[in-house]
Amino acid sequence: MTPSEYGFLKQFLKSRSGLVLSDEKQYLVESRLVPVTRRTGHKNLSALIADLGPRGSEDLKNTVVEAMTTNESFFFRDKTPFDHFRNTMLPNLLEGRRSQKRIRIWCAAASTGQEPYSLGMCLQEDRHKTAGFRFEILGTDISTEVLEKARTGVYSQFEVQRGLPIQMLLKYFTQQGELWQVSPELRAMVQWRKLNLLENFSHLGTYDIIYCRNVLIYFDQDTKRDVLQRLAKQIPEDGYLVLGAAETVVGLSDAFEPVPQHRGLYRPRKQGAAASPRLGSAFPTLKAMNS
Amino acid sequence: MKHCLVVDDSSVIRKVARRILEDMDFSISEAEDGQQALDACRESMPDAILLDWNMPVMDGLEFLHKLREEEGGEKPLVVFCTTENDVSHIAKAVRAGANEYIMKPFDRDIIEAKFQEVGLI
Repeated sequence: MTPSEYGFLKQFLKSRSGLVLSDEKQYLVESRLVPVTRRTGHKNLSALIADLGPRGSEDLKNTVVEAMTTNESFFFRDKTPFDHFRNTMLPNLLEGRRSQKRIRIWCAAASTGQEPYSLGMCLQEDRHKTAGFRFEILGTDISTEVLEKARTGVYSQFEVQRGLPIQMLLKYFTQQGELWQVSPELRAMVQWRKLNLLENFSHLGTYDIIYCRNVLIYFDQDTKRDVLQRLAKQIPEDGYLVLGAAETVVGLSDAFEPVPQHRGLYRPRKQGAAASPRLGSAFPTLKAMNS
Repeated sequence: MKHCLVVDDSSVIRKVARRILEDMDFSISEAEDGQQALDACRESMPDAILLDWNMPVMDGLEFLHKLREEEGGEKPLVVFCTTENDVSHIAKAVRAGANEYIMKPFDRDIIEAKFQEVGLI
């Protein structure tokens, strides 16, 4: 792979999926795409990259984008986002949606499905509190391949042992040899849809809770800003946004404010409230002093 | 420093588990079967027990039943670690008072995840 081929590939991935690769990530490209060349019959990486031009097939382009996305996920990943769900978001929304009796949740980078299923398990555990309510959980991802796995809900013995309490494994999974499948009731709680966050998603409608974890970290600042701005339009005033442990809205969007004492949890900033002085001002220091 | 008793008839498994758990800041003692483990617990109750199922003299399940009847025997957090990986074994272990269950083969990530799950780390 020559520097100009690498440059082309970087541009290709940025425009298709938002993924930003630094110059020292050639090793990552090789480890992810050499196996693709074997499947597609290209004789090397250069030949594969040459086929990603304007006349290249959409299938091949999707395959390359999917191979470059990171899909690591596990049940109840980081734990706190699920404690926030059961202890804060759910009680507040049950109160706030007393008349509609409907709560919508969107996992915007659902990968192989562990996050939406974990939320589904939380809802099952709390079902004595949610009588009469209807829940919609949507899982979206850019990759067709991981969505297929998410939909079938079949996981390896290794995958069900990271983050999933044994009681929950017994309750919500059935064993199939070495594999474990999510129960039909839990699978029926989640809808799946292919979605690229760089593209317009306003047609999905509003969601009371959006989990968008560990995907913004792969984007550059402008793309992060754009995605956050568009996510803000999908969340009602009393809704929530959940980001990954290494992510924040600070310095990127004044549409959200952090929920105090809840790491990773944000809510839409109320209209008219003062925005962070760091944003939208040519004289941040002066403005901060005056406010 | 928390103390973990590693119970397994395979010295290789005990060694691997010891290495992982020592990295996680546990002090370790070992037992080769359920009877040895019960003797060790009667001397001093550990904070955690990593427990194999199939062992000579006394197996893991029988040990667990006896442990939970001992004075102070409700205290240790017991994590099964076994090749018995079917639902009926898991359910039996949980009913007998196991706090978590690891299906072999295991690795560092799994031990960490399970110990975190029961609040040991």
